[in-house]
Amino acid sequence: MFHHSLRQLVLPLACLIAGAACAQGEPIRVGAVLSVTGPVGFIGDPQQKTLELHVKRLNDQGGLLGRKVVLTVYDDQSDPNNANTFAKRLVESDKVDVLLGGTVSPPALAMVPYAERAGVPFVSTGGSLALVDPVKKWVFKTPHSDRMVAERILQDMKERGIQQIALLTETSGFGQSGKKEVHAAAAKFGITVVGEESYGPKDTDITPQLTRLRGLQGAQAMLIFCGAGTSPAMAIKNYAQMGLKLPVYMPHAAVNQEFIKLGGAATEGVRMPTTGFVVPEALPASDPQKAPSLDYYRSYKEAYKQDASPFGGNVADALAIAVDGIRRAGSTDRAKVRDAIESTNGLVGLNGIFTMSGTDHNGLKPESLRIVEVRSGRFELVK
Amino acid sequence: MISELLQFLFSGLTVGAMYALAALGYALIYNASHIVNFAQGEFIMLGAMTATAFVEAGCGLPLAISLAIAISVLAGIGMERLAIRPARGAPLVTLLIITLGVALVIRGAVQVTLGKGNHMLPAFSGDAPIHLGGATMVPQSLWVLGISVLVVVLLAWYFGRTVSGKAMLATSHNRLAAELVGISTQRVLLASFALSGGLGAIGGVITAPITFTSYDAGVVLGLKGFAAAALGGIGSGPGAIVGGLLLGVIESLAAGYVSAPYKDAVAFILILLVLMFMPRGLFGAKVTERV
Amino acid sequence: MTYRSRHAALGLLAVVMLAFPLFGPDSFAYDIAIRIAINAVVVIGLNLLFGYAGQISLGHAAFFGLGAYGSAILTVHAGWPPLLALAASAAATGALAFVIARPIMRLAGHHLAMATLSLGLIASIVFNNEMRWTGGSDGMSVPPLDAFGWTLSGEPAWYALTGVLLFLAAWAASNLVDSPAGRALQAIRGSEVAARVAGIDTARFKTRVFVLSAILASVMGSLMAHYVGFLTPAAAGLTRSIEFVMMVVLGGTASVFGSVVGAGLITLLPQFLHAFESWETLLLGLILTAAMIFMRAGIVPTLRAAFARSKA
Repeated sequence: MFHHSLRQLVLPLACLIAGAACAQGEPIRVGAVLSVTGPVGFIGDPQQKTLELHVKRLNDQGGLLGRKVVLTVYDDQSDPNNANTFAKRLVESDKVDVLLGGTVSPPALAMVPYAERAGVPFVSTGGSLALVDPVKKWVFKTPHSDRMVAERILQDMKERGIQQIALLTETSGFGQSGKKEVHAAAAKFGITVVGEESYGPKDTDITPQLTRLRGLQGAQAMLIFCGAGTSPAMAIKNYAQMGLKLPVYMPHAAVNQEFIKLGGAATEGVRMPTTGFVVPEALPASDPQKAPSLDYYRSYKEAYKQDASPFGGNVADALAIAVDGIRRAGSTDRAKVRDAIESTNGLVGLNGIFTMSGTDHNGLKPESLRIVEVRSGRFELVK
Repeated sequence: MISELLQFLFSGLTVGAMYALAALGYALIYNASHIVNFAQGEFIMLGAMTATAFVEAGCGLPLAISLAIAISVLAGIGMERLAIRPARGAPLVTLLIITLGVALVIRGAVQVTLGKGNHMLPAFSGDAPIHLGGATMVPQSLWVLGISVLVVVLLAWYFGRTVSGKAMLATSHNRLAAELVGISTQRVLLASFALSGGLGAIGGVITAPITFTSYDAGVVLGLKGFAAAALGGIGSGPGAIVGGLLLGVIESLAAGYVSAPYKDAVAFILILLVLMFMPRGLFGAKVTERV
Repeated sequence: MTYRSRHAALGLLAVVMLAFPLFGPDSFAYDIAIRIAINAVVVIGLNLLFGYAGQISLGHAAFFGLGAYGSAILTVHAGWPPLLALAASAAATGALAFVIARPIMRLAGHHLAMATLSLGLIASIVFNNEMRWTGGSDGMSVPPLDAFGWTLSGEPAWYALTGVLLFLAAWAASNLVDSPAGRALQAIRGSEVAARVAGIDTARFKTRVFVLSAILASVMGSLMAHYVGFLTPAAAGLTRSIEFVMMVVLGGTASVFGSVVGAGLITLLPQFLHAFESWETLLLGLILTAAMIFMRAGIVPTLRAAFARSKA
């Protein structure tokens, strides 16, 4: 008995004496549900690696509130039903203090009812506006919503004097949502959609749809609302094959090296909105996002010997928001953490600077999206 | 108008050739064993993925393609030896699930070794579009069509002129009779799997420059290949080819003239209708069943 | 299956289901159990069609999805009470199954497989594209199941409901199998021509079994939608159809309890394999292939035969 309590005294003393960063006591548990395999596995896999890296770095620097952070990640295999199951597993079996995740919107949306019911802060990484509109008490999100992306594109078009566009959208959730948002916002920017077609994300031939769009009169630009994967490259290659010459816009999902690698020369001149952290070298030195973005890429490359993916930024931000919330709340009490997250103010993340409120659980503004263009095989900042 | 139709036809035929090659793979194995090999799509993916891996590692294109075909052939042989032969005599549904299991194994193996990214092979003769009657096609499409024709001709020669080919044909007509005249149906089965593997790889390699590839590309290909084979009458070589081309063209026309999001649905509805009125498929032989 | 062994198996099922809550499971464990029960009922229906009547169906998730989306759309867009929506969806699904059964049942083997596959794919394409009704690819929320002023919520309550349904389904199915109708089904599987010669109206039986299995799938689809509270087209997709078929074959075709075992294994296995992360697909494939090579009739029939041999 005496030995036991002596040991309990000696260990923390030894840590202090050794000066080592020694986080002990109940660990803080972070749980995440990501689609590491399945159709969007190429998004979820770097997300998992990012989370593991950032949690490790956090622990190496002393942990959170002096406590170790333990991360548990489950793979929902791109199936929202599994996401729902794993949310329960994380909260009930693994006793996590905060939930992260949803590589794409359907798994994220599937986790919402449970998070609300169980009263667990959930910082999601899905793109759908429905996650935070209407605002739900326990749910927050980090990526820009599809509406912001659509509006940013339309704004750039307006500034270039474009008034009529052809619209090509994917039949995936992201594409369908984008189509809805483009239609809703087009009039605001004085733009009319003169024709539209859609294609499947795994289609290997989009020339029929492009043939129909080619026949349209008066289109001055083409907006291809595609998701990530092979879809943007397939679309742009077929576009070039058809000899179409209108300026092309794509959403932020196309901003990754794979697009340029697979699309080749056809990608020249395509414009996309993106977060600053995707093109950190191009940011001015005074930009608060520059340093964290460069650090993100550098540390990922060092740890995994691979180029970091922009999609990892969403989870990095989610983790940062959760950590910041717990830190400010001073405990892992769920209600306190939730309140702390809701009052996040000016947190410099990779996607932008987050300022949340009772009515805004995303915290980003459309201004934090920049426009890049593909020039000479690289993404260059336009504005 | 005409140029639009031409465009739809060109794309449809290119995609259709890919389906036709897949369907031929199904026909080969079905003929030798009455097994529907749901891992056929993965053979195609395997060829494409290994070829891109070799190219990215620095091999020249011809070497990469040869290695990829060899690997797929080995995979076919491996599948027959390790998964099909031990299950000889098992009910057909069991064999069906076994092929699904092997499909998962191949997919999982590629995922673990080559990752989850998307890859592409360089086009064999460049990307500059060819203009024909107001429609455009990429040079690779011509490669696809040309090599498909070559493959079909070679297969016809093999089945018609070589002993092993004729043995395979005999086995497909009547297994028992073939065994009685001394044909090793065991070896025929092995050959059919090896051939299907190779065929899949060829199909994968020639279309990878157009369609890209990834570890899960086999699912859709396997599905469409099976659809084409069933449409044409599974077990019929010409049926597989016609079924494949028809499926590709129907999809393309449906996307262009009817409704792009529903193009697959249109194709499948037509397949359903064909099956309802011609239960054996377009070219399926009228089989008499002994009861 | 003898009368005694059937009752023994049913008894074992009841004991397992009643004992489960005594182990103090958490929400997650209940969740798995509920999913197994839902899948098992669908698979029992599919097994009647597949294992006993010999009609292969690669599109069964379409019926599951029709029930799920039917309930979801009727409750969300038309404000119907959930039970009414469930019944209406089941009726509609049954009617659809009846209409397509006749022409389809004339097909054999892989042509039937292709036809059912097509149906499944057409259904999931429609679910994916009709955004206004179904929310499209991103899915739609589904309200909880309430009836007579009382809401079913919480995992233990759902476990009770699905457990009871599973027991009833297993009991009814094993009764059916031992009845004249059941023997007719098995005769059809053995040889359709011989069955017809013996005077069995094969078309009528096949249609009935098809409709029955479709209705079962529809009801369970509706329940799953209410349980998860969220529905996406993946529920009716090809992967789900293939999973159902795997459950039938792995557990044992022509075995009611094989259906339960198959559903349990295929639902549980991914949970265990998760620890292996990217190796999961490969391992799942290896396990499945090996299982089918060594237990070719499926797990339950193989074990039963081994047990019978050892007793002899």
